[in-house]
Amino acid sequence: MSTSNPTAMQEGLQSCEACGLLSRPAPGAEEGRCPRCDEELVFRKKASLERTVAYLIAAAICYVPANLLPVMTTITSSGRESDTIMQGVVLLWSPTGWPLSLIVLFASIMIPSAKIVGLLYLVISVKRGSIRNNPQRIRLYRTIDIIGRWSMVDVFVDTFTVALIQLQPLMSVEPGPGLFFFAAVVVFTMMAVESFDPRLIWDSESSTETGKEVQHA
Amino acid sequence: MPDRQKSFPKVPESKIVVKKRMRISLVWVIPVVAAVAGIWIAVTHILGRGPEITIMFKSADGLETRKTKVNYNGLDIGVLSTVRLSEDHKSMIATARLSPNAKDLLVKDTKFWVVRPRISGLNISGLSTLISGSYIGMQLGQSDERETSFVALETPPLTGDVPGRIFTLKTSELGSLDAGVPVFFRQLQAGQIVSYELDKGGEFLNIKIFVRAPYDQYVTPDTRFWQASGIDVSLTASGIHVKTESLMSILAGGVAFETPEESHLMPPAAAETAFNLFNDRTEAFKPPICNPHTYLLVFKQSVRGLTVGAPVEFYGITIGEVTKITPELDVKTMEGSVNVTICLDPKRYGVKFMDVPANEDPVAAHRKMNETLVSRGLRVQLNTGNLLTGSLLVSLVFTPDAPPVVLDWSQDPLQLPTVPDKLDSIEDSVAKLLKNLNQTVVGARGTIASADKLLDSANQLIEPNSVMSSELNNMIQQGSGAARALRILADYLERHPEALIRGKTGE
Repeated sequence: MSTSNPTAMQEGLQSCEACGLLSRPAPGAEEGRCPRCDEELVFRKKASLERTVAYLIAAAICYVPANLLPVMTTITSSGRESDTIMQGVVLLWSPTGWPLSLIVLFASIMIPSAKIVGLLYLVISVKRGSIRNNPQRIRLYRTIDIIGRWSMVDVFVDTFTVALIQLQPLMSVEPGPGLFFFAAVVVFTMMAVESFDPRLIWDSESSTETGKEVQHA
Repeated sequence: MPDRQKSFPKVPESKIVVKKRMRISLVWVIPVVAAVAGIWIAVTHILGRGPEITIMFKSADGLETRKTKVNYNGLDIGVLSTVRLSEDHKSMIATARLSPNAKDLLVKDTKFWVVRPRISGLNISGLSTLISGSYIGMQLGQSDERETSFVALETPPLTGDVPGRIFTLKTSELGSLDAGVPVFFRQLQAGQIVSYELDKGGEFLNIKIFVRAPYDQYVTPDTRFWQASGIDVSLTASGIHVKTESLMSILAGGVAFETPEESHLMPPAAAETAFNLFNDRTEAFKPPICNPHTYLLVFKQSVRGLTVGAPVEFYGITIGEVTKITPELDVKTMEGSVNVTICLDPKRYGVKFMDVPANEDPVAAHRKMNETLVSRGLRVQLNTGNLLTGSLLVSLVFTPDAPPVVLDWSQDPLQLPTVPDKLDSIEDSVAKLLKNLNQTVVGARGTIASADKLLDSANQLIEPNSVMSSELNNMIQQGSGAARALRILADYLERHPEALIRGKTGE
């Protein structure tokens, strides 16, 4: 990373996040609106790291009950049976059903935790002004952004099952409290990804190059 | 910013506005809310966790971790969390987490058992577990002491939470009885056999029965218990008796109890009281001791059909039974007779009989009573109890015209005077009746002959060629001639009315 690309902020320019138009802020005003699409213009997302961390903490907190509480309660004539995500994974694990079991394991347990850990790593590295592995870090960010929404599949499947399996006298399925926490984990991680500004990754690089500190609002 | 200051030295510096930085971003509300929700869930979970108990089972058959429920009176109050082998490898130790409100149910004598489908004798239970899987049943104990580790019962307790009392029955053989077999009171199911065990001496069996309220109050110290197993068919003087407590007891046996009427007023027997179990009702109600109410009867006639155990009746009510029948042949007089010993139950004489004044000597009172009764004509005779079977019974009858008898008190037992069998007198009467009938028939024959003659004469009278009919014909002819003459006269008078005065003109 010896060659540093100039950033718009360094040149006092703002790029519109919606339409991509590069514009110069009106004199005296740090923040303005895009002349083309009227989107609010900022140099960097406001309180990006703080908000990301807040969402990550919320997601991490919700992650615990999401995995400990049952996500689904099956009521059959033999009684109620509540299953957590992990129990579902164990239940699906069979010589023929193990791929399904792995999908659930990855989509519902690994990915949310990986998202939290990955974003936390990005936040910390940005905060410390690290300039190493910048391309890997931005790839990590994009991966998190793309993959994150797929965790919501679990919630959808659960809600579909609850809505469809209502054979009242024989069996019915009720959502468990864990499902709400699981949905919260997914939503909070998505919001954390949304509030993280990837441009910050490059800011530290250029600031170290130029020897100045980038102020994170 | 040293670089910019160098590049634009002439540009004045802007005023530095100390921005009021938002000390805490509003976004932190979200993790706080999440944390509060998580902590709240955790706290309610920990507070909502009920007591954990361990139950020792002989076998873990049907027990499934996290599936098997603990059920109290139909309500699931907990679930099995783990099942492990005990250290000595002889039993299974199951840990169950109960709901918090079940805390008070866990006392020392609370019982647990596995509810599985069970079919034994008459009891089919736990059928619902065929579909739902086994569960752990629970019965609340009475103790005040708390307890968290229990040993499960092998079979569900039979008594349940039903109020009632347990009694012990002693019997020499079990018959078809088994745990769960019903106990009947007046043919109502009043309880069941809980268990049985051999007495320590090995001489008899102790059967524990449970009689539930309110039937247990009818069990007094004098109550008789008998085996009501199957069908009791007896051929007695009063006919064929088929007796059974219920269809159920035919199949699986049972125990019945009844309290003699005179001991109804006794206080109920205490729990665990031991009773004898008789083989049947008759045996159960047999008077235990006959003395001093044993009497000797001497019959000079055939006693065919009289058996030991035949009833002694008074006004048709059984008040005793025949205990011994021995033939006697007097060599001196060459007269045969039959000695019949009977035994009377004084309790069956009636309530008034029992009211003997306390100050009176019972023996003297007894003697006086017998003297009085015999002097008033109390006699004993054999009666046919059943014409089909020809069985006999002994009955006490009052025959005021019987010859007076003096009781011989030197004899023991006392001999009561007998009178001839009622059947003999019936035979006499029937013979007399037949004789009379014969005479009547002879008389009837004469009557029939006379009637014959009468009919003959009547026949002769109305024959076509008889005198009577020809005379009758003549009479009718003459009558019609007379009528004709009268008509001619009338015609003539109509034409010649003057003829009445002047007479017929000679024309």
